[in-house]
Amino acid sequence: MEASRSVTSLPQVAPQSGLDVRRVRRDFPILATQVRGKPLAYLDNAATSQKPRSVIETVSRFYSSENANIHRGVYYLSEKSTAAYESARAKVQAFVNARHPHEIVFVRGTTEAVNLVAAAFGRSAVREGDEILLSQMEHHSNIVPWQLLCEASGARLRVIPMDDAGELVLEEYEKLLTDRTKLVAVVHVSNSLGTVNPVKEIVALAHERGIPVLVDGAQRAPHGPVDVQDLDCDFYTLSGHKMFGPTGIGALYGRASLLERMPPYQGGGDMIRSVSFEGSTYAPPPAKFEAGTPNIAGAVGLGAAVDYLAGIGWEAIRQHENELLQYATEALSSVPSVRIIGTAGEKVSVVSFVMQGVHPHDIGTVVDQDGIAIRTGHHCTQPVMDFYGVPATARASFALYNTRDEVERLVSQVRYVRQVFG
Amino acid sequence: MSDLRDLYQQIILDHNRSPRNFREIEQPDRTARGDNPLCGDRITLYVKLDGDRVSDIAFQGSGCAISQASASLMTTTVKGKTVNEADELFRRFHAMVAGPAQKAGKRESLGKLAAFGGVRDFPARVKCANLPWHTLHAALQAEAKTVTTE
Repeated sequence: MEASRSVTSLPQVAPQSGLDVRRVRRDFPILATQVRGKPLAYLDNAATSQKPRSVIETVSRFYSSENANIHRGVYYLSEKSTAAYESARAKVQAFVNARHPHEIVFVRGTTEAVNLVAAAFGRSAVREGDEILLSQMEHHSNIVPWQLLCEASGARLRVIPMDDAGELVLEEYEKLLTDRTKLVAVVHVSNSLGTVNPVKEIVALAHERGIPVLVDGAQRAPHGPVDVQDLDCDFYTLSGHKMFGPTGIGALYGRASLLERMPPYQGGGDMIRSVSFEGSTYAPPPAKFEAGTPNIAGAVGLGAAVDYLAGIGWEAIRQHENELLQYATEALSSVPSVRIIGTAGEKVSVVSFVMQGVHPHDIGTVVDQDGIAIRTGHHCTQPVMDFYGVPATARASFALYNTRDEVERLVSQVRYVRQVFG
Repeated sequence: MSDLRDLYQQIILDHNRSPRNFREIEQPDRTARGDNPLCGDRITLYVKLDGDRVSDIAFQGSGCAISQASASLMTTTVKGKTVNEADELFRRFHAMVAGPAQKAGKRESLGKLAAFGGVRDFPARVKCANLPWHTLHAALQAEAKTVTTE
């Protein structure tokens, strides 16, 4: 691994960040894992993030001492469990700065959040001939639910184009907003490119024409603050597992007035006011959209993840991740025949790249031998791959606990890939 | 990095760089498509038969080094073999990369294909090595459906 020397000799691109990364790393037990005798370098955070001890222990404590079903029992444990669940809702409300707790609906993750809106909002507001406006860089989870809605309703999808840097073309976006547009659904941060989209502007342009906007925030939440009132968006989605919380839990923010008008998503217990065979009436939001026993422990764990992020502070995270992004971008660009995919002006710490003559899966296998976990594939964004004319990319995505040393190891291994494949 | 050298043997790297029989066959007797969409490995296989003998075989496609080299080496090995012999190779190749552990002697009987013996230690890559062979199997069985090993 001689190549690593040339990497370390690169100029320093930013001053030391205020984040104590060594201390942060101690919060995440899994980061001590050895892979084939090498320390794990976990650089696949855009796929899922690792969990701090506080989240793991909160979930464990919930099951050990608070577990009961919520919203029904009159006994001690049920009251405790309900309080823990509703307190997690309040934490998520604060996290996205929603006006009301009942604007937060717990779901399995962003995929379910989008499906919920596509089904409930779609069923009530979208008709044949209407249009749903998406962007070129959407994750499949913000494409396919809308296609299903279009098949059922006769509506059609329109697509906001992007440029070679991986930035949305807002002039084209404006032209696509018509009186047929019933909803704009756009990703806040692209999982495969790292682009941060100007969602506030996107929302403002849609609202000028009275069109509601859904923002997929799955990739934003681990990297920066979310303020749904400032963005003025109508729906915002979160995936707990991408923001250091458990899998199988996420949240949908919905503007209260819209949630009230929407029909239920799924039917079942907890979402009703009264049921008879002649007909049922529904509970108000958020219960209307939370049929059945929810992932209570997951929600409580998500609350702990929100607390964890608040304890670190966004400014320290932003500065640290920005250093990693700049360093990784420069160092990877210096490897012969490597091309960075996604060079937007504003990015989170995600670096997608390809190497001429070497398939990304071969890159992934080689770097894995050194204990480095990166993602290779289309990242559930096939339209993005088609746009760049590549079958797949290799993607390193950094979180607050990643280090400059891990980036160096990655770059060194990518140089080695070049050696192996000639 | 000895493990990696087991996977990316010289012959595999060579066939990846310069795949043999990488072309289309006009009016093939059999053709089949293999597609691993999660990976992005794709191959189209063309087979010319003379009775029950493979008189010509070629492929086109794109994907990782393992899938492309596997397709290339497969075409060089299968050309001239009977359909039954080709199916027997398919069976033994499959056993080598994905079956229970074997003695080294069994691998040697596969000739150059033994280079793929290292794949079994990389479970995520077994489907790459297998794709061309499953595609061949489909072509010889005249199955119309696109093959996948994912």
